[in-house]
Amino acid sequence: MNWGSWSGFWNMGGYAFYVWGSYGLTLILIMFEILFLRARHRSAMRQSHTTS
Amino acid sequence: MNHPVPQPALWFGGINWFRYAAPQTFYPLAGTLIPWFGWAAVIFCAAGLYTGFFVAPTDHQQGESYRIIFIHVAAAWMSMFIYLVMAFWSAVGLTFNTRLSHMMASALAPTGALFTFIALWTGALWGKPTWGTWWAWDARMTSELILLFLYFGFIGLQAGIDDSRRADRAGAVLALVGVINIPIIYFSVKWWNTLHQGASVSLTKAPTMATTMLTGMLLMALAAWFYSIAASLYRVRSIILERERGAEWIRQHIGEQS
Repeated sequence: MNWGSWSGFWNMGGYAFYVWGSYGLTLILIMFEILFLRARHRSAMRQSHTTS
Repeated sequence: MNHPVPQPALWFGGINWFRYAAPQTFYPLAGTLIPWFGWAAVIFCAAGLYTGFFVAPTDHQQGESYRIIFIHVAAAWMSMFIYLVMAFWSAVGLTFNTRLSHMMASALAPTGALFTFIALWTGALWGKPTWGTWWAWDARMTSELILLFLYFGFIGLQAGIDDSRRADRAGAVLALVGVINIPIIYFSVKWWNTLHQGASVSLTKAPTMATTMLTGMLLMALAAWFYSIAASLYRVRSIILERERGAEWIRQHIGEQS
């Protein structure tokens, strides 16, 4: 176990900005990609509907 | 004019693999595979994060800042590997004139660009506390930035040509020319004196890092693999629907859904 407490965990030994900045943006970008994928699939389905 | 077109066949293990080169057979197969790869990504990511934050020890030189490695290396590997797979499908598409191969290449590009951006971003956030700079024009970083532009160029070129067959071929040629950049990225830390450190993991030497750190990194790399497979299969399904609009099998498929 590396962290005595949750605040120690969030503090990341003083590197919180760098570590959480990396993990945070990665999470946000992956979330956005999943949202875009779903939106694109929905609209592709809808357009197939109108053509047929 | 109504001769049946001879279908190419590639028999292996009792299955004709060219069967799956047809969009209408690949579409449902991809749909079945997506949840498996998606959940595998979630499970490996959870295991990797747990190992990375709670099992792997603090680095005695870099303190906690090194924990960026668990995303950075996974994303950087993925950015190069996706490009290789994209170039592979482009080559298959150019050789056999299979539409699905080109669709697969198009489906991979945005996810590849995403991982390239993540590798650059996490590299900057790791470089600042360890080297004192966000960015340097060294060979590793510059060639990774070129990789991002190659992905953007591929996406832009395909989007800019209306005729989808011509767009496919132009994109495929760009992807194949750009593949020269991949060995440059990979070997840049050997060929040039870079600010970026050399490889800590290679196929020929024992890794120069603690086993638990390595385990966390490999788990995250596997999670990135599974995520990329799920995301590109998801995207290729949309591309198939967009390109095959009006086809009989899509009409049937849509009919079943509603």
